[in-house]
Amino acid sequence: MFKNPPVIAATATIVGPKEGEGPLAQTFDKIVEDPYYAEKSWEKAERRMLEEVMQTALKKAALAPTSIDYLLAGDLLNQIISAGFTARSLGIPFIGLYGACATMYEGLALGAILIDGGFADYVLVGASSHYSTAERQYRFPTEQGVQRPPTAQWTVTGAGAALLARTGAGPVITHATIGKVLDLGQGDPSDFGSAMAPAAADTIVRHLQDTVRGPQDFDLFLTGDLGLYGKGLAEQLVRERGFDIGNKFADCGTMIYDHHRQDTHAGGSGCACAAVVTGGYLMQQMLTGKIKRVLGVATGALLSPLTTKQGETIPVIAHAVAIEMR
Amino acid sequence: MPVDPNKPLEMQKKQYQEMVNRSKPKHPVLRNIFWAFVIGGIICTIGQGFLNYFMGLGLPALEAGTASAIVMVFFAALFTGLGIYDEITRYGGAGTIVPITGFANSMVAPAMEARSEGMVLGVGARLFTIAGPILTFGFTFAWLAAILYYIFG
Repeated sequence: MFKNPPVIAATATIVGPKEGEGPLAQTFDKIVEDPYYAEKSWEKAERRMLEEVMQTALKKAALAPTSIDYLLAGDLLNQIISAGFTARSLGIPFIGLYGACATMYEGLALGAILIDGGFADYVLVGASSHYSTAERQYRFPTEQGVQRPPTAQWTVTGAGAALLARTGAGPVITHATIGKVLDLGQGDPSDFGSAMAPAAADTIVRHLQDTVRGPQDFDLFLTGDLGLYGKGLAEQLVRERGFDIGNKFADCGTMIYDHHRQDTHAGGSGCACAAVVTGGYLMQQMLTGKIKRVLGVATGALLSPLTTKQGETIPVIAHAVAIEMR
Repeated sequence: MPVDPNKPLEMQKKQYQEMVNRSKPKHPVLRNIFWAFVIGGIICTIGQGFLNYFMGLGLPALEAGTASAIVMVFFAALFTGLGIYDEITRYGGAGTIVPITGFANSMVAPAMEARSEGMVLGVGARLFTIAGPILTFGFTFAWLAAILYYIFG
């Protein structure tokens, strides 16, 4: 719980073409039609998107990079290159994060801690992912013909940034619950939803118990990228532990695509999934007063292709942040 | 059975696995087999068409087979480059992976992608990332077969 709840002063989002055809298209700042974004490689395109959302967030808040105390960012690529290279061009003191698809919320929680603890006035948080860079690192070459199982998810191409400030107008972060790494023995890398559901459920339950709140205190529980099947499992697990969040439960992964029309199977995933839905859709809903208090819970699968080949199961994490419109 | 967080971890894993199995969607096996048969069949029919054509031109069966394989590989590579082959595979599954066209796809796809790391360390090094195991075991079994043939043949 934060004594001086930090304000989300500005958010910025950018997405790729497939997300731009999805049901949330209207909520994003920018839709890029070219997956290369006029760069030579997909990695560079992802980097450019991340850098651009950072700049846009700064512009929206009318701040220069020099007035930002910390940059917290991460992505899915080896050695979090998108974040590192973005920090190189921004020149803000940088703390690199890796929380797989939970990175954005890890950043929001840490940024809020830094501000509430008195260590910063402004913190810039961001995360990115790209379908093609993730696919080539984790799975197969993109033009390789493969058949995807129904539980597979589609990595979101895009980037999201949020600017946290000590004072100002906007939604505030009131609480954060840092996730524990769990592993209930799921090992299928094409079914992250089932692997991550227990982490989401555990973090939600711990958050409600710690804050002595219940589902009635929130308008929405928004998870990051559990997908269709993971969402159902998480809901069931939370109910088994005494909380019914069924009618207030949404998942960024199931919202960002129209899975019947866009053939995305179980939904979206990737760092950008939680980042752009939070920065786009959720902020819009909060600023227009449709949602007053939300518990955002982003989930991440902490595996690498190497651990899968070595037969390991998937350790998972979920970070929660309670956001409130005051 | 609910997942009880007070039980030992191994127990929880079993309970959770049961829960996952209940909700996990079934692979659409029959549909996949059907489309694999249809699309795989179409690819093989086209291949047979080329074979007949080359034999009609007077090539002996063995050379005509090689020539039609070359043509099929060419088209698979072309369609991979145009971004069509992976779309076909989405429906065709094994029907598009098993024929020689699938092998061509598995060479061209990594090559296209590795372009951004340069010709030598990118394309050169990654060309066989998918096809590598196929070649390794292909060579191994060809070699074993040759030894068996030498001894018993």
